[in-house]
Amino acid sequence: MKHLRPALLWWLLPAFAAGVLAWAAFAPIAAGSRDALFEIPKGTWARRMAGDPVDILPPTIVLTLGVNDTLLLRNRDTVPQVFGPVLIMPGQDFRLPFDTVSINEFNCTAHASGSMKVIVEAHPAAGLPRLQWRLAHIKEAISRG
Amino acid sequence: MKAFILSLLLCAGASLAQQPAGQQFKGGVFDPPRPAPAFALPASSGAPVRLADYRGKVVVLEFGFSHCPAVCPVSLASLAAAKQQLGARGKDVQVLFITVDPARDTPERLRSYLAQFDPGFVGITGSDAQIGQLLKDYGISAAKHPVKGSNDYSMSHSSYLYFIDRQGRQRAMMPFGRPAADIAHDLAILLGPDQ
Repeated sequence: MKHLRPALLWWLLPAFAAGVLAWAAFAPIAAGSRDALFEIPKGTWARRMAGDPVDILPPTIVLTLGVNDTLLLRNRDTVPQVFGPVLIMPGQDFRLPFDTVSINEFNCTAHASGSMKVIVEAHPAAGLPRLQWRLAHIKEAISRG
Repeated sequence: MKAFILSLLLCAGASLAQQPAGQQFKGGVFDPPRPAPAFALPASSGAPVRLADYRGKVVVLEFGFSHCPAVCPVSLASLAAAKQQLGARGKDVQVLFITVDPARDTPERLRSYLAQFDPGFVGITGSDAQIGQLLKDYGISAAKHPVKGSNDYSMSHSSYLYFIDRQGRQRAMMPFGRPAADIAHDLAILLGPDQ
């Protein structure tokens, strides 16, 4: 690297960055599983009863069609949990696929607020939308640590 | 070694036979499925009905009320269309319309209301306490709302369809507004291969 001329680096670095951006904007989004898993852990109900306003699930879940468009709720608590119109028994999973862009409001006993929103977004098209989608997910992953 | 390879191939074949490709539900799925909560309540047929009476059939539960202006008629029409799409296999599908408004939905009213969609649909009613218990068992929410400027009231309620398999297990559910083809698709999975 030390043998490279500075002028060449000036060309190589932007070219590399442009290549990465082009990949991020046009490469198909690979999805091994389309499940977006949310688990209600054991003890949620007991903590709630003890006065801890615990929120196990985020108040808003954003899904992307064709990438992670199946909501998978796993109740590992010792009591049934109500998610919208569904009663999920202890030890039970509930899998709900979405196939249209939509905003869905659900009642949910796993939330201190008692409600939850599931936003289903379109599959990001190649180009700027896909680049923005990838950047947003990187940002989200960094903020989650 | 040959026997080992042969048994592996047979196992793989059996597994594929049990889960044919394209057998994914369009609606929500419970895993593992739990036994559907039992009930024995007055029905539109005039005689009491037990859920267990329909063991061997695929049962669809719809919770609603006959005065419902929009949601219930749409769901019932979709169910009737889905049953038709299943052709002869539709005879093994039983729709049970469970009222969330037992004060107004008598067996007679449910019978005449449901006959508009499919004469085979059965309405279920009962006392406030009986219906309240059933709603609780299935995790259904329903609430009464007074209509402004009159003594009348309306109901808000869960609008999903609940699918119970031939063994009496609550297997799947379908959100409101899905096309009849999606309902028929999931019912076909629960009905299993043509006999």
